[in-house]
Amino acid sequence: MSVVESGPGLVTGSAAEGFVDRHIGTTPEDQKTMLDAIGQPSVEALMRAAVPDSIHAQALGSSILPSPIGEQEALVELRSLASRNTVNRSFLGLGYYGTVTPAVIQRNVLENPSWYTAYTPYQPEISQGRLEALINFQTMVAELTGLTTANASMLDESTAVVEGMLLARRASKSASNRFVVDTDALPQTRALLKGRAAAVGIELVELPLATTGVDALPEAFGVFVQYPGATGNVFDPAAIVDRIHLGGGIAVVAADLLALTLLRAPGEFGADVAVGTSQRFGVPMGFGGPHAGYMAVRTGLERQLPGRLVGVSQDAVGNPAYRLSLQTREQHIRREKATSNICTAQVLLAVMASMYAVYHGPWGLKHIATRTHRMATDLAAGAQAAGVEVENDVFFDTLLLSVPGRAHELVARAHDAGYLLTLVDEGRISLSTDETTTRDDLDRLGEILGFAVPSESRSSLPDDLLRTSDYLTHPVFRTHRSETSMMRYLKHLADKDYALDRGMIPLGSCTMKLNAATEMAAVTWPEFANIHPFAPASDVEGYLELIGQLEGWLSEVTGYDTVSLQPNAGSQGELAGLLAIRGFHLANGDDARTVCLIPQSAHGTNAASAVLAGLRVVVVACDDAGDVDLDDLRAKVAEHALELAALMVTYPSTHGVYEHDIRAITEAVHEAGGQVYVDGANLNALLGFARFGEFGGDVSHLNLHKTFCIPHGGGGPGVGPVAAKAHLAPFLPGHPLAQQADRRTGAPAAAAGDRLAHAGVPVSAAPYGSPSILPISWAYVRMMGTQGLTDATGAAVLAANYVASRLRDHYPVLYSGESGLVAHECILDLRPLRDATGVTVDDVAKRLIDYGFHAPTMSFPVAGTLMVEPTESEDLAEIDRFVEAMIAIKAEADRVGAGEWSADDSPLRGAPHTAEAVIAGEWSAAYTREEAVYPLKALVRSKYWPPVRRIDQAWGDRNLFCACPPVEAFA
Amino acid sequence: MTDLTTLKYTAEHEWLLIEGDTATVGITDYAADKLGDVVYVDLPAVGSEIEAGKVVGEIESTKSVGELFAPVLGTVLEINDAVVDSPDLVNSSPFGNGWLVKITMSGDLPALLSRDEYVALTAE
Repeated sequence: MSVVESGPGLVTGSAAEGFVDRHIGTTPEDQKTMLDAIGQPSVEALMRAAVPDSIHAQALGSSILPSPIGEQEALVELRSLASRNTVNRSFLGLGYYGTVTPAVIQRNVLENPSWYTAYTPYQPEISQGRLEALINFQTMVAELTGLTTANASMLDESTAVVEGMLLARRASKSASNRFVVDTDALPQTRALLKGRAAAVGIELVELPLATTGVDALPEAFGVFVQYPGATGNVFDPAAIVDRIHLGGGIAVVAADLLALTLLRAPGEFGADVAVGTSQRFGVPMGFGGPHAGYMAVRTGLERQLPGRLVGVSQDAVGNPAYRLSLQTREQHIRREKATSNICTAQVLLAVMASMYAVYHGPWGLKHIATRTHRMATDLAAGAQAAGVEVENDVFFDTLLLSVPGRAHELVARAHDAGYLLTLVDEGRISLSTDETTTRDDLDRLGEILGFAVPSESRSSLPDDLLRTSDYLTHPVFRTHRSETSMMRYLKHLADKDYALDRGMIPLGSCTMKLNAATEMAAVTWPEFANIHPFAPASDVEGYLELIGQLEGWLSEVTGYDTVSLQPNAGSQGELAGLLAIRGFHLANGDDARTVCLIPQSAHGTNAASAVLAGLRVVVVACDDAGDVDLDDLRAKVAEHALELAALMVTYPSTHGVYEHDIRAITEAVHEAGGQVYVDGANLNALLGFARFGEFGGDVSHLNLHKTFCIPHGGGGPGVGPVAAKAHLAPFLPGHPLAQQADRRTGAPAAAAGDRLAHAGVPVSAAPYGSPSILPISWAYVRMMGTQGLTDATGAAVLAANYVASRLRDHYPVLYSGESGLVAHECILDLRPLRDATGVTVDDVAKRLIDYGFHAPTMSFPVAGTLMVEPTESEDLAEIDRFVEAMIAIKAEADRVGAGEWSADDSPLRGAPHTAEAVIAGEWSAAYTREEAVYPLKALVRSKYWPPVRRIDQAWGDRNLFCACPPVEAFA
Repeated sequence: MTDLTTLKYTAEHEWLLIEGDTATVGITDYAADKLGDVVYVDLPAVGSEIEAGKVVGEIESTKSVGELFAPVLGTVLEINDAVVDSPDLVNSSPFGNGWLVKITMSGDLPALLSRDEYVALTAE
């Protein structure tokens, strides 16, 4: 008889338990060790002690979360949902186009954890690869739009237009409160502008700018032109732009990047700001997202840019190095005075789009554009020859056809034949060609529309609209033409970066947990990837079912009645929630309720979002323990009783603590007629143990890219669903082109089958935000089930308390709850160490790189501290490796304190050390080369080598440069 | 080296050198140190009317933003172009080449702090 040995969990567990065990890094034996270290008998006991009694989750009579299934079964269910989507050939256009994702980019970027599991590049020394990819993106956008500086991407095109409007108001010299919008703007953009302008008191004026004489333009702080227009029309906006400048206004132009390879660039006709999307540069439509929007500005407006901006600086020895520039513009520093509430970008998608340009080069892009345009001119020629009027005689890829009385019939016939056309009105249809359009498509469309399509036609673009200037001149866009070269370039960049595939990223408040391969599998399936966001409902049954299920599950676990998945980031979820609160008060006639109370300890985004929802921020003090000061809260509530709109509170707090007073806090606000917004950024500490809706929350946003496994992508995508009680449902984000206006409800109290309508201001270009990444969160919940989610929370809180207890003797833990326990993260106070030794939080963070780690969150929420969040997904061995690195670094700091090294000539201040630093030239430091790069013997075989020394932040901000540096800079 | 006792100070960490009806204004070494590496200064337009206590400019470092408050009522006579071009002057010479604006004062001088009073304030 032979004995087959099995690992823990694999013999007794079912397939479903198998995934829970794969997701949670610590085994039951590990957890026992950790519990012993913190003096708790069990995870249940730990959670009972940590989470206040007053908020423990109520038992549900029945749950709509199904019993968990294993990885293979989940894929089968996803296949079944996918099969209920129909991939028809889209000619719908309106900002979303068919595109071919080069396989080398799909495999090496989109499906590569080195790219998708990275975090926002706050530690630039270990992020040089994706920072270079983002500099490529910025250079590509700036050159194609003919402007000087582009940012590292926006959430989508329509929100980029809104940000353009807000930028125009800030930067304009006009005293007017009016913004002029072209009626030929995309319908989703018009809807967003309308809602967002109303919230901040901007007056919108819509005019058909192509036919409006400049003398008919009203005085305005800015103007918005869609180029080409939604109906496909292209006109020269130069006269409009000149006229708006005369009054001190700003011209914002949404431009199609592919069209700009043929058309005059916005910067060349005087635009101050260009915005748009890079979707058709190789990023699948995905039923609406995620995609990278963009924004570029002329010289002089750089400091007004919202969002992330990558710039070039230099490292400690003068070598060029990239890092995020001008961060003081952003909400985490400026709070309610920030340029925007946007925190993040769409990095993964911006990387894909930039690599599409790198791979195709300027000639390849021009070829794709020319072919796309040619397909449209052939269709137009066929239509005209058969007497079908083409209403826009100047176009790039979109035709507006006059078909009196036949529009419905033709759209239906096309759908039957597998083609999607846009119904404009009873007598007009429009259709858009793209990179994927074939000659066969044209012939079949011609048959449906009743004309033959010639293969030789002439472009109608007038000479004065044609582009003559060069673009993408940097060698990076002209070098990687072979697949071998492209593959190696992507590998070369990925190798510079530290992502979850290399080790733990213990970033507090970021929840860098596992993004499982099975969860990621469906993202690129054609039935999810190649669906237009405005496809008819009958084509997207699978998507609507998946979205409905996920909305219901998220409602149940948070104790709310309804969820909208539309917001593309946590910041947008906040905005949607606050707009809902404002909408609710207005509907009740409570126009005066505009005060939003925000605790001092809140994330800066809260304040920035409140301002954009038309609210006024009043700050509530926090006590020494970091909790909301209940007396100050009551005083502020009393002072603003009649104006109180809302309180925004994060739970557990940004200090990583379960506040015991939370019920008293929410009750005080409700008594005064205010609504409670619970920021759900820290839901990973609560799931399964407490529900926001049960302890007083009226509305919350969640971060699917934190708690629900959507990868961070190096700084986006994100999904920030907004969850609310039924009374706020009518004010949650609606959308003019949504396939369904109402949603099923997940409320435990509601009858099964109840539906609630969402009819508020849209906050994203697409009705369901970024649907192609929702299968990730769907699969996570489906495979974890209620118990698995609860176990994950317990493991995450245990891991944080274990780290706190092991490091407490070396670094003080700044905050803990009444029980002496932290939630899912802990703050290590490095200020005493700095005072004693001169070693700073920066020194420790950079030294961790030499030890093979990504630093924890630095100086948030308290300057001079590190916030550690291990998550449930890390193994005990990795957690111990981190703890031991932190202890070893403390010992080094003590040698500085003892006078053995000066702080300036210590391995801490010298960190991070490159290979060059310890090999090239004379070694003159007070510490040895081995101490510099191999402080632990185990590193000899597993060394991560940073590509640059510590980066000089100030130099880069004083010498702003945000495009690809010349090749000679690296010589 | 400027004699720091000849200057007046505000609780917003600004200093004033008062000569006749002209006040030269900058931020103190304490403020510059708290801000860290200054990378950008935004100063009011020459000729603009300013009112004591109102924000008239910004001083940005890599990690934070400080607001520049007008310490007195008056008109901006001159701004320091050198500091706009080289914001690090605020760190390297806060009381000298890192001065920010000159103001032609109108109206009465508000209550200002002496060197001793300011040092006592920052020692807290």
